[in-house]
Amino acid sequence: MPHRTFVWFIAPTLTAMILFIALPIVSVAIQSLYVAHEQVIIEVENCNPFKCEAALTVDVEATRKLNEDAPLGRFNALGTYANRNHLALAEIGVVWNESKSWRQFVAGVYNLPFYKALFFTLTYTFVVAPVVLVLGLFVALGVNALPRITKGPTIFVSLLPMIVTPLIGSLILFWMVDADGIIGATLQLVFDDNDLSLKASAPLTWILLIVYGIWHNTPFSFIVFYAGLQTVPKETIEAAQIDGATRWQRVRYVVVPYLMPLAVFIILMQLMDGFRIFEPIVGFSASAKATSLSWIIFNDLFGDAKLFGSAAATSMMTIIGVCFLLTPVLIRTWRDFNTRRV
Amino acid sequence: MASQANRRSGLLIWFSTSMIVLWLLIAIGPFAWTVWGSFKVQGDFFSKADWRNAVYGVMTTVETGSAFTLNGYAGAWIQEEFWRNVLNTSFVVTFTVIISLTIGTLGGYALARSGFRYAFWILIAALVFRAMPHITLVSGYLLPFFQWNLWGHLTTTVVVLVAINQPFTLWMLHSFFLNIPKDMDESAMVDGCTRFQAFRHVIIPVMWPGVITTGLFSFLLAYNDFAITSMLLSSENQTMVPKIASFLGTVREQGNVMFAVAAVVSAIIPLFFLVLFFQRQIVSGLTTGAVKG
Repeated sequence: MPHRTFVWFIAPTLTAMILFIALPIVSVAIQSLYVAHEQVIIEVENCNPFKCEAALTVDVEATRKLNEDAPLGRFNALGTYANRNHLALAEIGVVWNESKSWRQFVAGVYNLPFYKALFFTLTYTFVVAPVVLVLGLFVALGVNALPRITKGPTIFVSLLPMIVTPLIGSLILFWMVDADGIIGATLQLVFDDNDLSLKASAPLTWILLIVYGIWHNTPFSFIVFYAGLQTVPKETIEAAQIDGATRWQRVRYVVVPYLMPLAVFIILMQLMDGFRIFEPIVGFSASAKATSLSWIIFNDLFGDAKLFGSAAATSMMTIIGVCFLLTPVLIRTWRDFNTRRV
Repeated sequence: MASQANRRSGLLIWFSTSMIVLWLLIAIGPFAWTVWGSFKVQGDFFSKADWRNAVYGVMTTVETGSAFTLNGYAGAWIQEEFWRNVLNTSFVVTFTVIISLTIGTLGGYALARSGFRYAFWILIAALVFRAMPHITLVSGYLLPFFQWNLWGHLTTTVVVLVAINQPFTLWMLHSFFLNIPKDMDESAMVDGCTRFQAFRHVIIPVMWPGVITTGLFSFLLAYNDFAITSMLLSSENQTMVPKIASFLGTVREQGNVMFAVAAVVSAIIPLFFLVLFFQRQIVSGLTTGAVKG
């Protein structure tokens, strides 16, 4: 296709992406280097009939003018990245010097908001992805063995947890594990503990979020594996049978290697999805016990005090993290493209 | 022919079937429970005494005289004016899907037919954009939108959602167009069509399966979005999902959790029918992605 025609075809979508994805990233990068203006403080004399006192007040007019003249705020270079709410370099140094054991050091670092969020995000991502992979494979093998007539309804039901809005899906589970909800109340009964609340303890909240993640993501892995199973060549399986392979050996040595590329794909998608976990934290009202990078950004921007600089710095670090996770995919796409051209 | 060799032990069949049944219960159970419970009063749905109250509606009978009540729905749709949010969602979703499919189809076709290196770089950029959490872009939008008075409008949200949708749409349609043989449009061009005429008369008639599949996923992205819509819309014209989120804060104190439950069930129903009617396309869409990376 000649360059000219190509430009006409691609122009609308490319414009949209440049204006609303590429430029905002640039804008975020710039914002992350700025920080909100300090309020302009002036000294005024409050005089009463007896004496005059000097007092400090906020000059509202001057502050407003300052914000209008330079809406970005004042230049702060990389200061936002280094402060306590982000990489917290100074605080880490203090913790390092003061802690006597590794345990103490980790606990100290965990108290810093950014690392707390990073820690949960990574735990969630690296627990959910493998579990979803294995569970999806088993469900796919099970469904594949069902009689034909029941396959359609089974797939229909299995798709629901994945298709549902993440916030709504997490709310549904949240209401069930509520202290008065069906699961929450039953657990209280089983453990004979009326104060047992899944929301009150950090480990239980983490488990809850991870269970939600598994529930929400298993259908994806199941569908991909199920479609893959349809394409496993019958001849190879029969050949293995004739050679005396048991059912388990056939799955282990014929089916699983055949599904390997799909497994890689699922893992990569899950890592990316897990890294952006956000809605469940809102749905489960879990932010006191578990936060994620996306949630920190949301929290900075939500409400009246908008911390643009702080949100932008977290956003930039999240984007860098995503690019890091994405490298293997990019390399593979690069290889595919080059082989296609040849 | 394979039946003889494929016959399996009773134990294995029993095990695998019971596992599937368990999975199905886990998958649909929460939905069934919530839909059923949305017709009860709060005392039943959140029954500390006995979970069976929610099944039989004991408190509901006491409070309203019947085992089923529409109080939750009336509260959500009439008192809290949830219908406004439903209309907003319909507006946003419809236009997002139509616009992003229109410009995405053109772009995806161009990318599939161009062998130049820059086409590859556009795809790579799209891949990176697709992987980024959407919330990271929001602080980039807010400041300019405040400055230019664009914040809080449904149209702004549509435009942003279209743009955010593009990377995915491009990838999906790109791999779909790669499967349509080049010879088709090229022979039309040999016969004297321009590139656009070839696209119009040869490609458009055969592209609908791919476009419908892509459209379903665009629909889901726009419908399920919370990060963008909650940040870019003012409280007067919120869509359903942010409205439900804001329900939670206010409704809990007033003892009106059932409003939120009813709103949640109302928002699930369209998704339910979507899966019912387009199951095949959703499955094929998920797997095209898998095959093509």
